[in-house]
Amino acid sequence: MQAFLQYLFSGLTNGAIYAIIAIGFSMLYNATELINFAHGEFVMLGALTLVTFWGVFGLPLPVAFLLTIIAVSLVGLLLERLAIRTVSRPHPIVLVIITVGASIFLRGVAMIVWGKDARSLPPFIDLPPIQLGGATFLAQSVWILVIALLLAVGIHLFYRKTLTGKAMQATAINKRAAWLTGIPSERMVLLAFVMSAGLGGIAGMIIAPVTMCSYDMGTILGLKGFCAAMLGGIGSLWGAVIGGFLLGIVEAMGVGFISSALKDAIAFILLLLILYIRPGGIFGAASTQRF
Amino acid sequence: MKQFFRRTASYTLFFLAVLTVGLLVENPYYLQLFTFIGINTLLALGLNMLMGYAGQISLGHAAFYGIGAYTTAILTVHYSLSPWLSLPCALGLAAAVAFVVGLPTLKLSGYYLGMGTLGFGMIGYIIFREWSSLTGGSSGFVGIPPLELGPVSFFSGRNYFFLVWATVLLIIILCRRLIKSRTGRALRAIHDSENAARAVGVNTMHLKLQVFVFSAAVAALAGFLYAHFISFISPGSFDFLASVRMVTMVVIGGMASIWGALLGAALLTLLPEWLHTFSEFEMIVYGLIMMVVMIFLPRGLTRGILDIYEHARKRTSPAED
Repeated sequence: MQAFLQYLFSGLTNGAIYAIIAIGFSMLYNATELINFAHGEFVMLGALTLVTFWGVFGLPLPVAFLLTIIAVSLVGLLLERLAIRTVSRPHPIVLVIITVGASIFLRGVAMIVWGKDARSLPPFIDLPPIQLGGATFLAQSVWILVIALLLAVGIHLFYRKTLTGKAMQATAINKRAAWLTGIPSERMVLLAFVMSAGLGGIAGMIIAPVTMCSYDMGTILGLKGFCAAMLGGIGSLWGAVIGGFLLGIVEAMGVGFISSALKDAIAFILLLLILYIRPGGIFGAASTQRF
Repeated sequence: MKQFFRRTASYTLFFLAVLTVGLLVENPYYLQLFTFIGINTLLALGLNMLMGYAGQISLGHAAFYGIGAYTTAILTVHYSLSPWLSLPCALGLAAAVAFVVGLPTLKLSGYYLGMGTLGFGMIGYIIFREWSSLTGGSSGFVGIPPLELGPVSFFSGRNYFFLVWATVLLIIILCRRLIKSRTGRALRAIHDSENAARAVGVNTMHLKLQVFVFSAAVAALAGFLYAHFISFISPGSFDFLASVRMVTMVVIGGMASIWGALLGAALLTLLPEWLHTFSEFEMIVYGLIMMVVMIFLPRGLTRGILDIYEHARKRTSPAED
């Protein structure tokens, strides 16, 4: 029971991270039907930029947090403007290669800026770990869970209550029709790109204290966040959240009770299973034809 | 008749180019580089059949490449089987795995197919890395024997160069025949519209599966040649980036073009070598080149350069229009 609780906690923590990354994937896919293979690099940039602003420059945490979000979102904006918008004939395979190229490029830049060594950060607030039913729960994990849930609720409200959010959803449903009703759909796509990058940055920042931050940390996190998005049904906000937690918990249980060698494989086995059984994901449409 | 001459001319040109390089290049480093280009061309040719002609994306093809390499490594080292016996085993295993994986995966389309194959590729990579009692784990597999055929040893760079390029020529001819056949026409019909192809009586699922198995077997063949060439393999050569590199070769060279596959493979093999001069900036330049080519020539280099050429010709001689 104690071991089970411990695995559950670590699963919830990882799951929250996967959920935030998955929300970013979903948001972008909704607006542009694009899978951004550079998304994991936003996570890496978030973590490393926080290392610089908070760990090296010693700025107050909220300021460093805000500056990092701005910096990562800016990278997202530049990526959309310079690399995605300029493609003359957007074919999905071409866009996949462009985003993979962008991901290699960003990793290369990070390697030059931050070097090849891994860095780490102290927890946001130094509190003793919480004991719960014999299992320990790091204070940073509470931060991660709270921020993930706040973000999910915040984006839900953004979609439902604000005009911009509704406009973005309209663009997602039909770009041309949205444009005809006066929604600046191109700007909505840009906004989705920026918000998705910002979300990736936040995911990177909140895990910085519990992991080693290096220039190559983004790829695997991005791929797993992507698996989480597919599990829940890509394009669905709460699907992404549930997919993230599901993946985190299954992964932690698999590592705990079966074998740690399996850790990275579990996400992809789940991905294949969901694709075979219900390609639209748990909450997505049943259709698989959508490009 | 003209077509016949053109085809014969292109084969002759190809044959002469390979012969010249093989006989004149003395530097072992360059010979090795050209051999790698040959191996990568095989990979690109196989994937090109799937992507360029049948229009199905695969982001997990490195797993088949790895299956070819690891099968022959394990059989020749652990079971001291002759490489020529392990070759059919490697190809057969890759084809069997492709059949089993393709059966459910190829029902998907578009991004979902990409993701399904990505998941499969990652699982393959993790198996190569974690099943260390069989594969040597992340530190790799050493001591794969060189190929020998009677008195001819393929240990030297030159012999291996000819072996690899002879295989490439064989596969090119095979692909050509396949494309020109009824099957090839059906494949292109799937590429343009799967529903239309089905409507005129093409068994699309069956065909997609066939071409998937074929491209997996070609990738395994490349893996076999790769393993016996460098005699050391490690999981890093068969990871997600390797799959992406294969897709990039096909797309940058130009899809649905055999010479495009050759060009893409040559470029992506040589690029890292040229980029060594950039040392630390290697990744940045590599990523930039990938993005820039795709942004400005989304149909690949062969098509893109032809487009530019035709555009320029029209501009210089407007009287012809």
